[in-house]
Amino acid sequence: MKEYVRFVYRCFRISFVGNWQYHLWMLILTVISILGLNAWCKQFVAGLATTGMTDQVSWGLYIANFTFLVGMAAAAVMLVIPVYIYRNRELHDLVIFGEQLAIACIIMCLLFVTADLGQPLRFHHLLLRLNFPISMLSWDVIVLNVYLLLNMHICGYLIYCAYRKRSPSRWVYIPFVFIAIVWAISIHTVTAFLYVGLGARPFWNSAIIAPRFLASAFAAGPAFVIITLQVIARATGYHVPEKGLSLLRGIVTVALLIDMFLMGCEVFTEFYTDSAHVVSTDYLFFGYHGAHALVPWIWSAIVMNSTALLLLLSPFAPRANVMNVACVLLILGIWIEKGMGLIIPAFIPSPLGEVVEYRPTLNETLVCLGIWAFGLLLYTIFVRITVPVLVGQLTIDTPTAGDTLVSSQRR
Amino acid sequence: MVGELGTKVDRRNFLREGMAVTGGLVAVSAALSPLAKLDPEDLPTAEQFLQKHYKEMSPEELQAALSRIAKEVEQRYDVKPNVQDYKPLEGVEFVYALNLSRCIGCRKCVHACVAENNQSREPEIQYIRVLEMPRGTLDPEQGDHHYDRPKVPDADHFYMPVQCHQCSNPPCVKVCPVEATWQEKDGIVVIDYDWCIGCRYCEAACPYWARRFNFADPEIPADKLNPDMAYLSNRPRPKGVVEKCHFCLQRTRQGKMPACLEVCPTGSRKFGNVLDPESEVSQILKTKRIFVLKEEAGTLPRFFYYFDERYPRSEQERDEAKHGEAEA
Repeated sequence: MKEYVRFVYRCFRISFVGNWQYHLWMLILTVISILGLNAWCKQFVAGLATTGMTDQVSWGLYIANFTFLVGMAAAAVMLVIPVYIYRNRELHDLVIFGEQLAIACIIMCLLFVTADLGQPLRFHHLLLRLNFPISMLSWDVIVLNVYLLLNMHICGYLIYCAYRKRSPSRWVYIPFVFIAIVWAISIHTVTAFLYVGLGARPFWNSAIIAPRFLASAFAAGPAFVIITLQVIARATGYHVPEKGLSLLRGIVTVALLIDMFLMGCEVFTEFYTDSAHVVSTDYLFFGYHGAHALVPWIWSAIVMNSTALLLLLSPFAPRANVMNVACVLLILGIWIEKGMGLIIPAFIPSPLGEVVEYRPTLNETLVCLGIWAFGLLLYTIFVRITVPVLVGQLTIDTPTAGDTLVSSQRR
Repeated sequence: MVGELGTKVDRRNFLREGMAVTGGLVAVSAALSPLAKLDPEDLPTAEQFLQKHYKEMSPEELQAALSRIAKEVEQRYDVKPNVQDYKPLEGVEFVYALNLSRCIGCRKCVHACVAENNQSREPEIQYIRVLEMPRGTLDPEQGDHHYDRPKVPDADHFYMPVQCHQCSNPPCVKVCPVEATWQEKDGIVVIDYDWCIGCRYCEAACPYWARRFNFADPEIPADKLNPDMAYLSNRPRPKGVVEKCHFCLQRTRQGKMPACLEVCPTGSRKFGNVLDPESEVSQILKTKRIFVLKEEAGTLPRFFYYFDERYPRSEQERDEAKHGEAEA
């Protein structure tokens, strides 16, 4: 126990050690987080009137980002499956980075939901009178928090074992790994069901949304991990097996193909049927009654996703630069598609046919940026701790020099 | 002093860390500074924080909550209110019927509702939305929400007021994660404003756009405050919670008619107990050609629309006028 406290303290210390690029990066993230906190305080005092949301468009950027990040968190499973089901031991350590991404994403999700609440101080009402199993939101509260705990347990245990130079006991974590695989699918399915179950919003009332969510998540999540692993490799000298990247690239390609296929199915059903329910989709893609705020967004998402797909399918895909461009494009494309493209149009027009457009305010944008910066800050700290532990530079028997060694290596 | 690195933490390092910590603290406190402008009323008192869900309160606890609310209203508006909790009446299920042949779109109901139910004047919250409908459709999406005419009714339109339909199968109740909204025995869907967490899931779930959210602190001039209020209906709401039409339960559970009905100059609005076969609404449901909005949503509304079995009055009048001219 005493050793564990010391481990936590050393983790805390080491997160402040690094070269100037590391310090600059952390400083920028901290400043943006603090700006976000400031914006949230303003919102807390004045109410959600500080956002661009209205009674017509009652969910906005917060819920859009929340939805995207649930997907990113779920995508950690795409690293876990090859390692534990197909026993690809070589990539074992990469799983830790994936699961840490999941932890950071779930924390961001919880922050986004809290930012969206009109009465955040009544959070405890969720514990006192949770409307389970009737409300899908109550399911989401449960699955997200359990997923957070599962990942914290698995990562924390593996890293602590590496620190103690013990080999992890399978019984302590393998069962949880398998639970987490199923759970990852469940968090995104439940989040899709939040929307799908609303008869009042024909735009969401489609059974294909849950599979679409999963496909887009399994494209954007691993794409983010591909970028992160290369950053880690460059910044710390940590060896990332080439095989890991190519495996992830394959996953991203297939998932993106499925995602774009499903989107095509949805678009066909809406436009070919051409019933009264097409209005929201019409608004999204072409504008409706002179309102077309989302049109440039969705088309740039389509262009980005298609370009990414072409790059990934091309013979140049194995080149790091091509792969990275494709990954960045598809992360942005899917962020738009699932945020602006999936949440906002369901509210336009309103159930009574009123067309009120949504424009995020500066304050609300700052809150979002703040939460993103805070999530990245957490993830950087996780990685900062994990790398030296995994390469054996920060272990129980390196009481002194461990931190310096790593920091000198991080040029 | 021995640092983690095992060497003496030198003076420069110590100073640098000290400065970083101080800078961080200053930045965080600056970030938190907007909280200084927080109205102390917006922070829950221990009493408010510990208050139970409406359905879990004992009669004594409910009484304590009612007198706390009365005290708060008096402090804020300098008006002594009468805050009650009216329970549903036995053998009563309320139903609303609205005659589209008669409604002239004057919006008197909208404003009577605002006055009766202490809705926020700034920002403006209204429970009733009147749609100006073109001939030939009952699809609310074809309606004009913001019609502004010197004189109503317009001969080529009819008018369709929409408010909470108090559905028998309410999607809003289903989705609430904390059971802050539920259906009472008399069919009215109510909200515990002290329990709502403000997630607005119910607002997304309602096919009639009946729910409103307090995006800012509601403002009501003290002289406009209706002092007769009930826990589940028209007491002043805090910011950050959802509200909606509740069939004026502070009136209707005492045998009065809703404010929107009382003010209607054309008698388009009918309200009553559907379990009483002699009531006017029962007669209307039996004899008129009634319909509900968005029947396909499966919500089973308790709010019915009907037409008199004749052309809309405005058209008939126009024809009569033409007829008169021709004769002359």
